[in-house]
Amino acid sequence: MTMIFGIPVQALMGQLLVGLINGSFYALLSLGLAVIFGLLRVINFAHGAQYMLGAFTALLLLTVGGVNYWLALVLAPLIVGLFGAVIERTMLSRLYKLDPLYGLLFTFGLALAIEGTFRYFYGASGMPYAAPGALTGAVNLGFMFLPVYRGWVVVASLVVCLGVWFLIEKTKLGAYLRAATENPVLVQSFGVNVPLLLTLTYALGAGLAAFAGVLAAPVYQVSPLMGSNLIIIVFAVVVVGGMGSILGAIVTGYLLGVVEGLTKVFYPEASNIVIFVIMAIVLILRPAGLFGKDA
Amino acid sequence: MAGKAEPIPTDHVAIHPRAGAIQLALLAVIGAALLLAPQFLYPIFLMKLLAFGLFAAAFNLLLGYTGLLSFGHATFFGGAAYFTAHAVKVWGWPPEAGIALGVLGAAALGLVMGAIAIRRQGIYFAMITLALSQMFFFFCLQAGFTHGEDGIQSVPRGRLFGILDLSDTMTMYYFVLAVFVLGLLVIWRFVNSPFGMILKSIRENEQRAISLGYSVSRYKLGAFVMSAALAGLAGGVKALIFQFATLTDVSWQMSGEVILMTLLGGIGTLAGPVVGAGLVVTLQNYLATSDFPVTIITGVVFMVCVLVFRRGLVGEFFASRLGRKLGFRAES
Repeated sequence: MTMIFGIPVQALMGQLLVGLINGSFYALLSLGLAVIFGLLRVINFAHGAQYMLGAFTALLLLTVGGVNYWLALVLAPLIVGLFGAVIERTMLSRLYKLDPLYGLLFTFGLALAIEGTFRYFYGASGMPYAAPGALTGAVNLGFMFLPVYRGWVVVASLVVCLGVWFLIEKTKLGAYLRAATENPVLVQSFGVNVPLLLTLTYALGAGLAAFAGVLAAPVYQVSPLMGSNLIIIVFAVVVVGGMGSILGAIVTGYLLGVVEGLTKVFYPEASNIVIFVIMAIVLILRPAGLFGKDA
Repeated sequence: MAGKAEPIPTDHVAIHPRAGAIQLALLAVIGAALLLAPQFLYPIFLMKLLAFGLFAAAFNLLLGYTGLLSFGHATFFGGAAYFTAHAVKVWGWPPEAGIALGVLGAAALGLVMGAIAIRRQGIYFAMITLALSQMFFFFCLQAGFTHGEDGIQSVPRGRLFGILDLSDTMTMYYFVLAVFVLGLLVIWRFVNSPFGMILKSIRENEQRAISLGYSVSRYKLGAFVMSAALAGLAGGVKALIFQFATLTDVSWQMSGEVILMTLLGGIGTLAGPVVGAGLVVTLQNYLATSDFPVTIITGVVFMVCVLVFRRGLVGEFFASRLGRKLGFRAES
């Protein structure tokens, strides 16, 4: 058997893949956080809950409506995005003129309420969600077996991340978004409907979280608390990356996922905390984050 | 944070000529009520209330008076609970030494977490403290002395200064009450000291405080360590009250709970967090017997507080005509 640093290649590659998959979720979620924060100046604590809502929506669509995975992959983000839009319009938008900390506290309360409700109705244990038939099985890559679904997760998240990056950096709508981030009053005076833009942005962020949730459903189990610990790690990812850059959020997400995976191979005891340790080191050496501009 | 968002009403209200005397009378009534309360209410419940009241007041020292939102105060509360429980149970230390170790340990944790977190401001500060606190949670999950999921159980209360037997519930209650009053006095003294004044000026306008020559980072770190130490005092006492220390106390939910207590009672008031803690603890006790999850109510109360009730109960009272007539100020 081939060895690298005394570790079998297969184990190394396996954990690398796990890291890449976790990284896919970190990237999707921190991207959503960065998009929302960029325009709304709100740290969306409910992001983990919206991720969970995505997974649950897919599960309920399947069990109640018989809707398959592929349709759920489109429908769940739309439903959760709509839910996000309603929350933003009715409640969150009242907080923009206040200290940004109130936005964090509000979405924290929202996350508790959503997770508590689902826990009340569905219990704390996880429920399985089968991967679609086309994506089951594994392919032999020569050095390891790659489960098809896991490969799909990495590809799908990469495509969506790049799509969002393209939307924001290269399209006219994205130009409005970036302009509104710089100076909302001026953009509004040019006739752009900034409040609508804010609502759409929050819906987009929530939809991205839900998309990640549907992707995650067959990998992890669907449970009411699946997002609550994840969101704290994603916060650390965002601090490391710096929230100024969309691409920075994506790259940092994958990078830290892989680092976490490698830690599981070389020093498993630290795998839970390695991202937090990296965060602390980055804060000491470069407080603005790896890709951040403002301190 | 509270000061900027919720301006104090500016219309003039004449302060009652005997406002000072009325305030003192109010204080005396509350003091008497606390002394007599265990005759009427379940003492363990009251002690829990006092411990969490002190915890929230310590947290408010940072949020209300320095404008820093820490999302990681469970680390100090729960960490101190572990230190105290371990010292008393495994090393056989007397309770006062165990609590002192909890306070020192919490202060040391606060020094480390604070030094890292104050490198960023505002929203980032909150996220960093949350992440570091989660790191400490995983440490407690794996470290040997915390006994993982089981926690440290059946911690003996021991004899205070070798004389007072704390296993007697009434003795324990008055000990906890004394610690609570002492803790609040320290906070009151701290907030009204020149140091506290500078903290408030940092909260109001950090740039200006810097331009006046104050080393803002040092003051923030000082406030952070002070707040952590007092949260540790509450945590150490809590470990003796319930005679156990568990992972619940270091979880992010606990950090969220103390924020809710402070928000509900009134950010930036001395009494607010204590009132908020009383409400939350009472609610938890009330719901403990039903299968309705507390988190739903906690979450909804959070949302309502942030949307329409940012001054909190005590803050609203202080800002009302009656409150101002009696000479209360939200920003004291």
